Amino acid sequence: MAKLMDFDKALEMFEPVIGLEVHVELNTKTKMFSAAGNPANEEFHDSEPNTLVAPVDLGLPGSMPVVNAEAIRSSISLGLALGCSIAPSSRFARKNYFYPDLGKNYQISQYDEPIAFEGSVEVELEDGEIIVVPIERAHMEEDAGKLTHVGGSSGRIQGASSSLVDYNRAGVPLVEIVTKPIFGTEHRAPEVAKAYLATIRDIARGLGISEARMERGNIRCDANVSLRPRGAEKLGTRTETKNVNSMRSVERAVRYEIRRQAAILADGGSITQETRHWHEDTGETSPGRPKSDADDYRYFPEPDLLPVAPSEELIEELRSKLPEAPAAKRRRLKGEWGFTDLEFQDVANAGLTDVVEQTIAAGATAAAARKWWTGEIARVANAEGREAADLVSPIHVAELQKLVDAGTLTDKLARQVLEGVIAGEGSPQEVVDSRGLAVVSDDGALIAAIDEALASQPDVLEKIKNGKVQAAGAVIGAVMKAMKGQADAARVRELVLERAQA
Amino acid sequence: MNDLIKLSAAELAAGLAAGDVSSVEATQAHLDRIAAVDGDVHAFLHVNEGALDAARAIDERRAAGETLHELAGVPLAVKDVLVTTDMPSTSASKILEGYMSPYDATVVAKSRAAGLVPLGKTNMDEFAMGSSTEFSAYGPTHNPWDLDRIPGGSGGGSAAAVAAFEAPLALGSDTGGSIRQPAHVTGTVGMKPTYGGVSRYGSIALASSLDQVGPVSRTVLDSALLHDVIGGHDPHDATSLTTTWPSFAAAAREGATGEVLKGLKVGLVKELHGFSKGVEDSFQAAVKTLEAAGAEVIEISAPHFKYATAAYYLILPAEASSNLAKFDSVRFGLRADVPGTVEDVMSATRDAGFGPEVKRRIILGTYALSAGYYDAYYGSAQKVRTLIQQDFANAFAEVDVIATPAAPTTAFKLGEKLDDPLAMYANDLATIPANLAGIPGITLPSGLSAEDGLPVGIQFLAPEYEDARLYRVSAALETLLVESWGGPLLDKAPALNGGAR
Repeated sequence: MAKLMDFDKALEMFEPVIGLEVHVELNTKTKMFSAAGNPANEEFHDSEPNTLVAPVDLGLPGSMPVVNAEAIRSSISLGLALGCSIAPSSRFARKNYFYPDLGKNYQISQYDEPIAFEGSVEVELEDGEIIVVPIERAHMEEDAGKLTHVGGSSGRIQGASSSLVDYNRAGVPLVEIVTKPIFGTEHRAPEVAKAYLATIRDIARGLGISEARMERGNIRCDANVSLRPRGAEKLGTRTETKNVNSMRSVERAVRYEIRRQAAILADGGSITQETRHWHEDTGETSPGRPKSDADDYRYFPEPDLLPVAPSEELIEELRSKLPEAPAAKRRRLKGEWGFTDLEFQDVANAGLTDVVEQTIAAGATAAAARKWWTGEIARVANAEGREAADLVSPIHVAELQKLVDAGTLTDKLARQVLEGVIAGEGSPQEVVDSRGLAVVSDDGALIAAIDEALASQPDVLEKIKNGKVQAAGAVIGAVMKAMKGQADAARVRELVLERAQA
Repeated sequence: MNDLIKLSAAELAAGLAAGDVSSVEATQAHLDRIAAVDGDVHAFLHVNEGALDAARAIDERRAAGETLHELAGVPLAVKDVLVTTDMPSTSASKILEGYMSPYDATVVAKSRAAGLVPLGKTNMDEFAMGSSTEFSAYGPTHNPWDLDRIPGGSGGGSAAAVAAFEAPLALGSDTGGSIRQPAHVTGTVGMKPTYGGVSRYGSIALASSLDQVGPVSRTVLDSALLHDVIGGHDPHDATSLTTTWPSFAAAAREGATGEVLKGLKVGLVKELHGFSKGVEDSFQAAVKTLEAAGAEVIEISAPHFKYATAAYYLILPAEASSNLAKFDSVRFGLRADVPGTVEDVMSATRDAGFGPEVKRRIILGTYALSAGYYDAYYGSAQKVRTLIQQDFANAFAEVDVIATPAAPTTAFKLGEKLDDPLAMYANDLATIPANLAGIPGITLPSGLSAEDGLPVGIQFLAPEYEDARLYRVSAALETLLVESWGGPLLDKAPALNGGAR
């Protein structure tokens, strides 16, 4: 295990500089350069291996790529949302290297002429602080296929007896977003990395250009970290930790690298420029291959494709359709909803802004929407290890709250109804009907139960009559139990006092 | 020799349309000819077992009264660089031995749709790298004019098949002269269309920015007819032009009247040298014929042509090194049975599967693209390309077409230049500039060399998009020359005694 320096001590001695490369899988219907279905589009999620392939995805002799116009539009939109300039003409290039998951043994990417460049994006940290992250470029490329190593331990290539290749992913459209070096984040560097990734996810979701599900690999992050001694001008040697694929991991990986590099530098050692692997289980990084000038991808302009030259009209059309930037939207919603800072951060940090907004749009109050999503729904999501937004629709949450407001459900009953909705039993009203969970509002039935309870507890009745109103609790409890909880406790209390005096 | 095989494609098409001959008869006649002479010529790597069935289907459709394409029922030879679903597609390489494509090249699909009958796949230099067809992994093709000589390359098989009357038409591909130089040495016609004029989809890529598929035939009109079939936009090829093309056959027929030559400005390139006396004399005689018919000959300067071959041999290997990377044994083709990692298997496969010229160019191209060398090599070559385009633009401001001898010498002996790559590369000095500039070029016979009695070709070049102009001018010259010879040049070719396959 590598020697690590205490994080605060590392920050005392060194300034961290981070840079992030994020790949976003576009959810276009077809692939970047072929008419095969795109597995990053929900229509093709469950496809069998090697069924989403056209000749060019397999690199068959004679095959040629054709650019997907939808992917170009998505890429331009993403570039604009990142505040980038859109190149009037950009070119694809071939990145040449041999690997079995790469049918052509070159990847079609963009090299010296990316479609989008020079932008910046506002990133909001958990306490509401805004950091501006400078964007170097966003370029289009195709994904490679997927290798599965068989026979070794834990799916790794070491010790494997054979490898299977699934070319479904080959040719999936990607946009790679590269930040400039991010300075001045100091002890918040890990947090900034995490928040940046969340921001990219929110932007991609807001644009509707990607499903943006990190657990599905729709968004993948490589984190560059370097340290320089306090006061030094020159940037330190960086490492690139590849495929850190959750927001928690990117935060941990950056923190780990800062601590690891600081320990080496403090001992008078030097950092090797290399790619590193992130290990989720141990929370460590390990060396990958050395990255140096030896990496020669022999880039040259892709001769099978023409330059991409979007018209000014197209760019303006896409600009006019851009949704509100996540940070700006948060500012607006915070004002509209009237939440405290803490309340708003609870919602935002859990990635629940959209569903809360939709729940409010469906008729719930802001307070009620927040209460449901950050309360019971978040609790179930946590317990089941799922995303809250996948459990229940905002429309159903609003409907549930309406039933509570109308007195049809108590809070306790509403939680049972929610459980039924999550279990897929239908809408809240349908669950109320099928489970028979509505509050008993028939006073006749309640009075009968109250009279019976009072009759069986004469001592309590006596106390109430003598003005000891708090004694009514015992009777109320008995009635609620008889009603199987399906009564409004307040109404029961009213009636108990009424009947006791009768 | 059966008379059917002596017919041009246009003549055969007329006979088919008139019901004088069936496609089955025409196809059988060509299959018989292949059986009779291809043992000596070796123009074909594969003969289509389904040819007669395809011919029969056309005959039936015709009998049923269906309106068919003008060329329906005419047999066609297909260069092995083009992928086909019903015949192996190897690009004459061991690494693709027996490879069956799941799809047809667009030009093959268009040919089938027009009712042309694929006779088989023709021999070529491996992956179209060569000027003699000697680099085929399956043995060389022999020139029907002299079996000890090369048929040109890379498309020596298609040119020889047409010259030996094994097929009236063939498909070729031309990266630096692979259609036009074989035409020159076999006394046939070959056209490299404007870049993007014909789809490259399904043509196993050599150098993507230079490759162009085109027709091979014995007459100018026949090439024009086939060009009409295969040309036009293809959504599968992003570099294919969306231009609406005129009928090339109409242009050839119009040109045959000779009117086009009156006042035509023909440019001769001052800087093109190095042709043998026999080639030069034949060329000059053809130019005299043009002048006599009213053409005006103007000397033009193309100062950057002298860099063309050098630039070409950087751009081509660079692109080829990338295009040929896909031949790695993982998904198709040869797999070397060696122990070790996937990289070991890839490496051993490529070592066993590629021939010497292919390896030479992959190494050259890999080097030219390497970090630190890119600007000096690939970058500089691309600049030369721009300068050559400028040379052409300047020239075509003064002249309508440029005429050159198509290649430095007549057909040389098999084996003569095999060990001298630079001498082999010099074969393409007159044809390469058109590929670098993307302009169309055509070669047709200008006569026989007085030195050795072997065919010589004249090449015409026109500005991009002006393919029809080339058909007009070539057809005009062809009419005059054939008249002067008293019949087609190929009538002077020695009879092939046969030698069964």
